[in-house]
Amino acid sequence: MPSFVINEKCDGCKGKDKTACMYICPNDLMVLDKVKMKAFNRAPDMCWECYSCVKICPQQAIDVRGYADFVPLGASCVPLRGSEDIMWTIKFRNGSVKRFKFPIRTTPEGKAVPNGGFPEGDGDLNSPALFTEPASLNMAAVPTLKK
Amino acid sequence: MANFETKIVETDLLIIGGGMAACGAAVEAAYWAKKNGVKVTLVDKAAMDRSGAVAMGLSALNQYIGVGAGDNTVEDYVRYVRQDLMGVTREDLVFNIARHVDSTVHLFEKWGLPIWKDENGKYVHEGRWQVMINGESYKILVAEAAKNAMNAAGMEIYERVFITEPLMDGDKVAGAVGFSVREDKFYVFKAKAVLVAAGGAVSVFRPRSVGEGMGRSWYPPFNSGSSAFMTLRAGAEMTCQEVRFIPVRFKDGYGPVGAWFLLFKASATNAFGEDYMKTHADELKKYAPYGLAKPIPACLRNHLGMMDIFAGKGPLYMQTAEAIQKIAAAAGDEKAAKKKLKHLEAEAWEDFLDMTVSQAILWAAMNIEPEKAPSEIAPCEPYFIGSHSGASGAWVSGAEDLQTEATKKDYFWGYTNMTTVPGMFAAGDASGASSHKFSSGSFTEGRIAAKSAVKYCVDNKTRPTVTDATIAEYKARALAPLDLYEAHKDYANDPNINPNFIKPRDYMFRLQKLMDEYAGGVSTQFTTNKHLLNRALELLAMLKEDSQKLAASNHNELMRCWENIHRTWQAEAHVRTLLFREETRWPGYYYRADTPNMDEANWKCFANCKVDRKTGEWTMIKRTIHRIVE
Repeated sequence: MPSFVINEKCDGCKGKDKTACMYICPNDLMVLDKVKMKAFNRAPDMCWECYSCVKICPQQAIDVRGYADFVPLGASCVPLRGSEDIMWTIKFRNGSVKRFKFPIRTTPEGKAVPNGGFPEGDGDLNSPALFTEPASLNMAAVPTLKK
Repeated sequence: MANFETKIVETDLLIIGGGMAACGAAVEAAYWAKKNGVKVTLVDKAAMDRSGAVAMGLSALNQYIGVGAGDNTVEDYVRYVRQDLMGVTREDLVFNIARHVDSTVHLFEKWGLPIWKDENGKYVHEGRWQVMINGESYKILVAEAAKNAMNAAGMEIYERVFITEPLMDGDKVAGAVGFSVREDKFYVFKAKAVLVAAGGAVSVFRPRSVGEGMGRSWYPPFNSGSSAFMTLRAGAEMTCQEVRFIPVRFKDGYGPVGAWFLLFKASATNAFGEDYMKTHADELKKYAPYGLAKPIPACLRNHLGMMDIFAGKGPLYMQTAEAIQKIAAAAGDEKAAKKKLKHLEAEAWEDFLDMTVSQAILWAAMNIEPEKAPSEIAPCEPYFIGSHSGASGAWVSGAEDLQTEATKKDYFWGYTNMTTVPGMFAAGDASGASSHKFSSGSFTEGRIAAKSAVKYCVDNKTRPTVTDATIAEYKARALAPLDLYEAHKDYANDPNINPNFIKPRDYMFRLQKLMDEYAGGVSTQFTTNKHLLNRALELLAMLKEDSQKLAASNHNELMRCWENIHRTWQAEAHVRTLLFREETRWPGYYYRADTPNMDEANWKCFANCKVDRKTGEWTMIKRTIHRIVE
């Protein structure tokens, strides 16, 4: 079942009104069972295996078991996502393991400045220039059709 | 009736969606709106951080022109897109996105997206237009900038609210309505302008995997045709509804092949080691001039591979090992080759891990090491998108400065990216005939549409009129599936089997089966004809009647009901346009067995359609293709 919750690790995000996985799932699949205080994936066959829930879970309580209708058993891809990079541990069916680390961003979290530090344009609502143009194009003017 | 509180939100511009195009719209709208005293509100059915097709991340930005550095011209990109879509493209729209897209990519870099650089500080290209990224957090970064822009300008964002229908004031758009997928709340957004950026459509056709793997579509399963529905339902003219997209990807996991074809220069072969692009090269002559120019259109590459599949020469393979060994060998001595091999291996795995983790699991589960053995590739199921080599979406106005004397009367009606419905704008997968915008271009098109929509709000001061009676009618319709379930749930012992209603899951399977078998899905090898299509319309008519009987036991099922109503409209627009266009222009996407050839004399045109809001009657329209670039 694509993403699943490891009973032992899930603490239901301590019973807050929504869990981290419920917050993030783009397909609204994760639900908190308030009796067991465990989250679960309510429709595994609607799951894209996008790993958003796996990456966000503060307890690392969510994993993915490849789709049963075509993935042989025994493999896993486990991410550990930090503020600058992500580390992946790939376990093969034959037991071999590969590890990869990739950068995810070059700025501190939360600090994406909308204009990117580019000077704003002339502020003319009627021109084709977008608000950071032409500076963000690295050009003197927005290209137009040569007629 | 279900006891939902009604929340009324008064705004000027409503942005529907939270993906790349909607985030682009938010960033741009926030600036122009604040400056001009316009209020902007964004509504998303998910959480923006991971909403839309880029939820998982991406391993490349597929549209970057490099105009400033003189690498390519905007005109070059227009020619590329025209060629790939077999001549059917709105050059003014493609030009507009292409002239701004570099600006967007430069912003992404400033926001913190790691773009690969070479030793001279230039972007590393995968192909002519594609630049490589470490894109795991691509969507998070873009959403962050969008939220920061909206917050700084004092604008509002509503997450986890599903939009069901557009609100109308006569022929003009007046906003949209929907419900919270978490709370008992019905939302009415009254707006002067609405920008639709709610993605493409998946799960309209039966997927190849029908067990758990049903969710492993190439495009995300949560893109459920809302853009097509919103625009069609408002009465907007639509274009290219016949142009479904079928990517060829690594089989079952649907992992990306771009890096393998473009960066690693791998070849694809049939089971006998024959390169189908070479053995079937003669077939390309039938599709001249498009078949004879480079790059060969995606549909024709599909077609040549499918010829081998249909002839029983499968499976098809991506020759990964051959490609990697060739690059490693070119690196120099044994030590250098080994180092290069390790580097390539990491790149190959990152390609999957950044955007299709399932493919990495599948390879690990099959003990596949790409440097040692080839891997199977296959065509996916059909999807509806306005990007990649798809083209379906609303027919929108181009920019005024990109019109010629010939195009002006056909392609321009006042506001850039406005549909034929006053006040309704479209961007990303919602706007048609402007293919190959990908993530960066979709974001860019959102920016273009948002600036234009703010201008519309400034020019049009009158607020729309929406009566309480209208709101009550929309609310009753939105919540009807909850009421129907409540009324009949105790009749039968099974909550899903009840003659009084149909659950959204079963309804979706019914839609998928009929589309698959009659409209050229996987099981008929993408082949259909006018008789099958007419039968599809008969079955769709009954399905649409039964959509009145959709039932939901909770908020989540209520969303599924509406997603499937949205898919149904996309399906009907598709079938009607397949029927209208009496030729086979995009073999490899679909085949009309009764009109199997391309017909340049009669069908080198846009096939558009629209639905009358009041009567439900469909009109099919031929529109002229104009060139603005030689």
